[in-house]
Amino acid sequence: MLVFALRRLLQAIPILLGVSLVVFGLVHLAPGNPIDMLMPPEASPEIVAQMKAAYGFDKPLYVQYLLWLMRALHGDFGLSVFNATPVWGQLVTALENTFILAILGAALGFALGIVTGLIAALYHGRWPDKLASAIATAGVSLPHYWCAIVLVLACAVLHDWLPAQGMGDDSLPIWQRLDFLVLPVVTLSLIPMGVIGRLVRATVLDILGQDFVGALSAKGLTRWPVLRHIIKNAAPPVLALMGLQFGYLLGGSILVETVFNWPGSGNLLNLAIFRRDIPVLQATILVLATFFVLLNLLVDIAQAAIDPRIRR
Amino acid sequence: MSAAITLDPRDRGGPAQPLLSVDGLKKYFPVRGGLLNRQVATVQAVDDVSFSVRKGETLGIVGESGCGKSTTARLLMRLMDPDAGSIVFDGDPVGERAGITVNEMRRQMQMVFQDSYTSLNPRMTMAESIAYAPRMHGTPRKEAFDRADTLLAQVGLNPRQYARRYPHELSGGQRQRVNIARALALEPRLVILDEAVAALDKSVEAQVLNLLGDLKSRFNLTYLFISHDLNVVEYMSDRVMVMYLGRVVETGPVEQIYRRPRHPYTRALFASKPTLDPDRRTTEMPLTGDPPNPINPPSGCRFRTRCAFAKDVCAQSAPPLAAPLDGEVADGPPHLVACHLPEAQAAMGANTHA
Amino acid sequence: MSDATIDTAQRVLPAADAPAAPAPGYWKSVGQRLLRDPVTIIVTLMLIGILFITLGAPLVTNADPYAGSVLARLKPIGTPGHWLGTDETGRDLWTRLCYGGRLSLLAAILPVTISLVVGGFLGILAGYSGGWVNTIIMRTMDVFYAFPSILLAVAICGMLGNGLTNSILALGVVFIPPMVRVAETVTTQSRSLDFVEAARASGTTTLQIIRHHVLANVLGPILVYATSLISVSIILSAGLSFLGLGVTPPEPEWGLMLNSLRQAIYVQPYVAALPGVMIFVTSMCFNLMSDGLRSAMDVRLNK
Ligand SMILES: Nc1ncnc2c1ncn2[C@@H]1O[C@H](COP(=O)(O)OP(=O)(O)OP(=O)(O)O)[C@@H](O)[C@H]1O
Ligand SMILES: [Mg+2]
Repeated sequence: MLVFALRRLLQAIPILLGVSLVVFGLVHLAPGNPIDMLMPPEASPEIVAQMKAAYGFDKPLYVQYLLWLMRALHGDFGLSVFNATPVWGQLVTALENTFILAILGAALGFALGIVTGLIAALYHGRWPDKLASAIATAGVSLPHYWCAIVLVLACAVLHDWLPAQGMGDDSLPIWQRLDFLVLPVVTLSLIPMGVIGRLVRATVLDILGQDFVGALSAKGLTRWPVLRHIIKNAAPPVLALMGLQFGYLLGGSILVETVFNWPGSGNLLNLAIFRRDIPVLQATILVLATFFVLLNLLVDIAQAAIDPRIRR
Repeated sequence: MSAAITLDPRDRGGPAQPLLSVDGLKKYFPVRGGLLNRQVATVQAVDDVSFSVRKGETLGIVGESGCGKSTTARLLMRLMDPDAGSIVFDGDPVGERAGITVNEMRRQMQMVFQDSYTSLNPRMTMAESIAYAPRMHGTPRKEAFDRADTLLAQVGLNPRQYARRYPHELSGGQRQRVNIARALALEPRLVILDEAVAALDKSVEAQVLNLLGDLKSRFNLTYLFISHDLNVVEYMSDRVMVMYLGRVVETGPVEQIYRRPRHPYTRALFASKPTLDPDRRTTEMPLTGDPPNPINPPSGCRFRTRCAFAKDVCAQSAPPLAAPLDGEVADGPPHLVACHLPEAQAAMGANTHA
Repeated sequence: MSDATIDTAQRVLPAADAPAAPAPGYWKSVGQRLLRDPVTIIVTLMLIGILFITLGAPLVTNADPYAGSVLARLKPIGTPGHWLGTDETGRDLWTRLCYGGRLSLLAAILPVTISLVVGGFLGILAGYSGGWVNTIIMRTMDVFYAFPSILLAVAICGMLGNGLTNSILALGVVFIPPMVRVAETVTTQSRSLDFVEAARASGTTTLQIIRHHVLANVLGPILVYATSLISVSIILSAGLSFLGLGVTPPEPEWGLMLNSLRQAIYVQPYVAALPGVMIFVTSMCFNLMSDGLRSAMDVRLNK
C-alpha cells in the first residue's frame, strides 16, 4: 500500500513538470511579448526595455522557464503586471473563495447524486427510475452558466428571495452573507449531481445484477451485509468520479463565478486574460492544475485503500 | 504410425529432413514492479527449448498449465519475438538472410487457437473469415470465396447453411471447424493446434479429433498438437514432448512414453490422469502442490522441489536431454529424458502393463 | 472465461439443422435496435429540427439577423412580428436564434471532429504499437489530462485571442486527450484479441489488420464517445463565447447572445434566458443520442 502510494506520488512528478511546461508555454502561444502589449504605444523603448528586464522577459526562454519554476516552487509568482501587487496574495484570497463554493457545491451535488442514483437503481425500470434518470441526464447537459442566469431570474429578479451576485459586505452579519452562497452553490451542484447520479445508478444495478446479490429483493438492500457489499463495490468508481468532479468544480468554476461576480480564482483568471496579466494567469492555471493532479492522486490512493485489487 | 509421405512440390529436403526444427528457443517476460516500476524479475516462460517435427507426423506437447506451451506456439508463429534461438523450416532458417521470411513461413505454418469464439472476428461471416487471409495474399474475391465454400464442406459444414453466418450463430464445435478451415485456407504444411479441442464437449471433441485426422491425411499435414489432456494427446500423436516450467523434460515416441515414462515428472503427470483402464492404474504418487513460481525457478533441475528422488546433484546443474540411463534402446525416434538419476528414471511404480 | 462464451454461444445456438437464416450484419442490427428505441428517435427528430431551423434559417424567418431597430429594443415574448421578442439592439430573437445555431453547432462539432481524427489516429497508433511509442503519446496526454477541460480551453483561448477559429482550436486540443485514451484502450484490447492474432499469424500486414479488424472495434466506442463529447462541446464552446473568448459580436451565436442579453435580465427576463434553452436542448439531445447509441451497440444487451 505504502509502495503504491509512493509510486503514484513519483508518477505525479513528471506530470506536474509537464503541466508547468504547458502553462509556461501557453503564454508564448500569443504573438508578441507580453510587455509590448501592455505598454502604451507611445512608451519610449528604454522604458519598455526596463520593464522587460524587471519582469525577466528579456532572457532566453528556457532561462525564463527555469527562473519562473524555481520561484513558483517557493510560492513566488512575482507581481501582477496590472496592479503590481504580489500575485500570490491575490491568488490565495481568490482560491479561498473558490474553495468555499466548490466544497459546498460538491457536498450538495454528491449527496443529491447518490440519493437519486440509489432511488433510480432500486426502482429500476419504474417511474422513480425514469424521473431520477431524467433529472440526472438534464443535470449533465445543463450549461451551468445558463442555469445560473435562470436561478438569478427566478430567485432575485422575479422574486426578491436571494441576492443576485457578489459575496456580500464584510459588515453584514454572517447569516446574511450566507444568502449570497445559495445560488452559486446550487448551480455548481447540478453537474456533479447528474454525473454521480448516473454512475451510482449504473454501478448499483451492475452489482445487483450479479448472481450473489441478485437473489435479494430490493428490501434486502436495507440489510447491512448487502448494503456493505454494495458500498464496498460501488465506492471505488464513485469515489474516483467524485474526485474528478471536485477538481472540475475547482478549476471549472470560471463561468459560474463570472455570472455571480464571485471573487474566486475563475474570476481572477478571467480578469487576468482580459488584462493580459501574464503572471496572474500563469499562477492561477498552474495552481489549479496542480490541485487537480494532487486530487487525482489522493483519489487513486483512497481507491487502492478500499479495494486492494486496484494496487498493481 | 507416421503417415505415408506423398511428395509435396514445396518439399525441399525430402522426407528425411525435419519439417521444423527449433534450437535453443528462449522467451523471458519481464515482471515490473517496485517503486519505479522497473523490471524486478523475469518469467522464464520458455527456456532453451529444442525439438524437431518430422514431415507428416504429429508431435504432441503436454504439460501443466503455465509451463510455456502456448508461448512456444506463439514464438513459432512469430506472434512474439524470441529472446534467443533459431527456427528452421524445411531447411530454411526463418527470418534470416539465408532463409525465408517470417511471412513466407506463415503461409506454410498456421495455428488454431483454443477459444473458438474469440478467434473469429464477430463482425465477419464464416466465409469472410476463411477467405480473408487468401484475399490479403492477393487471391481474387470470387476465387477466395469459392475456396472458402469448399473448405467449409471439407470440415463438415454445409456452405449453403453456414457460409453467411456470424460466429455467435454457431456452436463451439462448429466454430472450431471454421477455425480449422481458416487455418487450412493458406494451404499450410504445418498446423499448430493449441488446445484446439480443450473447450469442447467430449462428444464434439471426438468428432473434431476425427476431422483433424482425416484432414491430416487428405492434405498431407504435419501437426503440432498442444494439449493438457493426456488421453487426447495419446490418441493424436506419434511423438510426445513433455514440458515443465519452460523446459523440455522428456520426449519420445508416444508408445514408449506412455508405456514407460522415465522422468519422475512425466510419471507423476500420468498418475494424475483419469483412466478407466485398470491395467493403467498406477501406484505412483500423483503430483502434489502447485508448480513452483516460474519467476524464480529452482536452480538445476526445475522439478527437484517436487521430486521424491531429488539429490544434491539435481540442485547443481540442469540435466541435459539424453537417452535413458538404463540403456534400453528401442527402434525409431529416440526417447530422451532430462534427469540425472538412474534410480529415479528406473523407479517403476506400476506403469507397466500387467 | 471460455465457459462464459460457450454459455452465451449455446444460448443463441440455432437448432442443429435449422434452415440458414439470413444473418443480419452487426451495423444492421444496431440500426434495428436504434429504431426500436423511442427516446433515440425523438431526440434524433429534434436534432433534425434544430438543424433545419439553423441551416434553413432563411426558410423559417424573413428578418435580418444583423439589422436591429432602436424602437424595437427588448420587446417581450409574443410581440407581433417578433414572437420570441427582440434583443438589446432590437433584432428579432427568433431570427437570431435560428442563425445563431449555425456558429454554435459549427463551433461545437468541428472541435470534436478534429479530436476524433487526431485523437483517434494517435490512440490507435499508441495502442497498436505499444512500447515506447505508446509511452510517449500516453504520458503526453496525461499532462493535458491534468487540466480541467474548461480551464484548459479558457487558457488556450485566452492566450490565442478571441475568435471562432481559436475557440475551435482550443476545444480541439482539449478533446484530443480523452479521445486518445478511449481509442488507445480499445485498440490495446483488440490487439491481443485472438482473431487479430490469427490475422497476424496469416501474414496480414499491420495496416490491413488495423483497417479490417481493429478499426471496426475502435470505431463504435469512439463514435459513441464523440457524440457525448458534442454535448459537452456545445456547452463549452457557447461558454467560451459567453466569456467573450469565442465568437465576436455582432455574429449571432447562442453563448454570445446569452451574455449580451444578461444585462437585460431585469427588463425582459424570459427573453434573456432563451439562448440558454437552445444550448440546453441541443446538448441534451446529443447526450441522449449517445446513450441510445451506446446501448444499441452493446452486444451483451441484445438477445
Ligand atoms: N505476455 C506475457 N507477459 C508476461 N508473462 C507471460 C505472457 N504470456 C505468458 N506469460 C507467462 O509465461 C508462462 C507460460 O505461459 P503459457 O501461456 O505459455 O503457458 P501454457 O503452458 O500455455 O499454459 P496453459 O495450459 O494454461 O495454456 C506463464 O507463467 C505465464 O504467466
Ligand atoms: Mg496455453
